[in-house]
Amino acid sequence: MDIPYTNAARPDTGLYNAKIGIWLFLASEVMLFGGLFSAYIFLRLDALPGHWPHGLLNVPVGTMNTAILIASSVTVVLAWAALKMRQFARYKVFMGITILCGVIFLVVKLAYEWPDKFHHFGAYIREDRLEKYEQYLGNHHLLEKGLEPRIEITGHLHNHEALHDPNIHEYEVQLDQVNADPTNPSSDRPHFWPLAKSDKIAHIAKEDVVHAEMFVPKHNTFFATYFTITGLHGLHVLGGVIVFTYFWLPIGANLYKRNPEHLANRVEVAGLFWHFVDLVWIFVFPLFYLL
Amino acid sequence: MNETHSPAAPEAEIAPHDDHDVSKHVTKYLLVGGVLLLFTLLTVFLSYINFGSHKANMAIGMLVATFKAGLVAAIFMHLSSERKLIYRVLIFTVFFVFALFWLTYLHWYDPVIR
Repeated sequence: MDIPYTNAARPDTGLYNAKIGIWLFLASEVMLFGGLFSAYIFLRLDALPGHWPHGLLNVPVGTMNTAILIASSVTVVLAWAALKMRQFARYKVFMGITILCGVIFLVVKLAYEWPDKFHHFGAYIREDRLEKYEQYLGNHHLLEKGLEPRIEITGHLHNHEALHDPNIHEYEVQLDQVNADPTNPSSDRPHFWPLAKSDKIAHIAKEDVVHAEMFVPKHNTFFATYFTITGLHGLHVLGGVIVFTYFWLPIGANLYKRNPEHLANRVEVAGLFWHFVDLVWIFVFPLFYLL
Repeated sequence: MNETHSPAAPEAEIAPHDDHDVSKHVTKYLLVGGVLLLFTLLTVFLSYINFGSHKANMAIGMLVATFKAGLVAAIFMHLSSERKLIYRVLIFTVFFVFALFWLTYLHWYDPVIR
């Protein structure tokens, strides 16, 4: 039995069926990401001063990934247009570029951005010990300028075993620039280019710390929401890449020979999903990387 | 459902895009892609300008993002000329997603924690 209305529009809706299907699915996706974004707003608005970190993500890399995703949105719509104009070779090229863009996006995320966070260390200092670490925090300077206080010291952890060994009583941290020179006005706001680590080493006693770990989801609400939302978004990118690859393989060519309009419609529907994934990223990028 | 399109309407009238249409649109897609890339750089640039308060920076950043999202939805997702049924689905979606955000907003008046 043939599936009805894969090509022709259904008379009562004016649309082929898959198009209604994908839009209903996207409507549910809006609610899924909407729930997570409202959690983000909730957590961020209620964060106490100094508890929502800024400038911990790599902005140039994030900008590049945004550009890659936008470029792939253009190429997927061009791939669809090529099918509509019955230019199969052109379709193959544009779809190939789209798949490549999706893969680059995922590789950057999983092989660089996330692991980079997992190798970055942060220690939240107890409120009554902040004064002891003033040379790394610069809170007098920030207070004078009316800026939010710093309550965390970040950098590269030298003695990794300190995380698990109760007999080690301090963390040895090679400081980030912001903690090495906290009163420098250039540290008041985040930088576009990430700064190299300083040579300065700080010893932070475990008893002065509320909690300390690598930048994993449990480190703070910022990273919890960051990993949840970018993780779910990454899964969507992966899903899109798999579907596009399926259409790009000979199976797509076979369908094209049998029924080119059907392939065009399938690519359009998968493309709608891909644009939605792009659209989500358009909000994720400024909310986590920039603002 | 949609009375303006009777079952007897010819195929060409029902299909939203014919081939002639599509070749005209290609330039538009490239142009929109260029605008989106430009506005991405603008978002980054604006985030490093101090607009007085963090709230102001947030509002400007979200305004640019909303404009970009609108372009993607209207042009790439063809929402600028779609069938009525899809708009109906989306009206419900918008309603429910705003209801969801409104629940978050309500928390500011939660008597238990405030």
